[in-house]
Amino acid sequence: MLIAATIAILVVMIMSIVRAVMGPTFYDRILAVNMFGTKTVLLISLLGFVMGRPEFLDIAIVYALINFISVIGVLHYSDSSVFKRSSQQKK
Amino acid sequence: MGSLMDISSAVFLLIGSFLCVSGGVGILRFPDFYTRMHAAGVTDTLATAMILIGLMLQNPDGLVVLKLIIILLMTLFISPTASHALASAAVHNDLKPVLDNNEKVKTSNP
Repeated sequence: MLIAATIAILVVMIMSIVRAVMGPTFYDRILAVNMFGTKTVLLISLLGFVMGRPEFLDIAIVYALINFISVIGVLHYSDSSVFKRSSQQKK
Repeated sequence: MGSLMDISSAVFLLIGSFLCVSGGVGILRFPDFYTRMHAAGVTDTLATAMILIGLMLQNPDGLVVLKLIIILLMTLFISPTASHALASAAVHNDLKPVLDNNEKVKTSNP
C-alpha cells in the first residue's frame, strides 16, 4: 500500500506539472508549483518509509519550509510594480 | 494488534491517495483559476493529513511519530496561508472569475 500511495503521488505530481506548463495565467502556474511542492513533501516521507530509512522526514520538514518561503516570495514579487509593468507590456 | 494497525494504515493511505488523485484531476479539468485553487486546497490539507496519519500508524515509534506530527502541523498552518496569499494576490491584480453567461449580464451593471 505504501508503493501504491507513492505511485499515486507521482501521478498527481505529473498532473500538476502539466498544469504548470499550460496554465493560462501566472497564478495558475504558481498554484501548480505550490501543489507540486506539497506533494514533494509527501513523496519524500513516503519514500523514507518505502526504503526503510525514516531519516528522510527531516528532509521533508526542511522542504516544506522552503516551499512556503518560495511561494510567498514569488507572490510578493507579483505585487511589486516591476511585475505589473512587464505584464502590461506583454499585453 | 499488528494486523489491525496495518489495515487501518492501509485504509488511511488509500483514502489519501484517492483524494490526491481527485485533486490532480480537478487541477487539470476545472475551468477557472479559483475553482482550480479549490481542488488544490482539498489535496493540500485533507489528503496530506490522511497520508501522514497512515504513515504514523505504519511505524508507532517515538521520534518518527513526532516528526510526522511536526510535518502535519506545518502543512496545516502553511498551505491555507499560501492559498490565502495566492487568492488575495490574484484578486488584487484583477483576475476575474469565469462566470456563467446569464450571471455575467446580471453582475456587469454595477
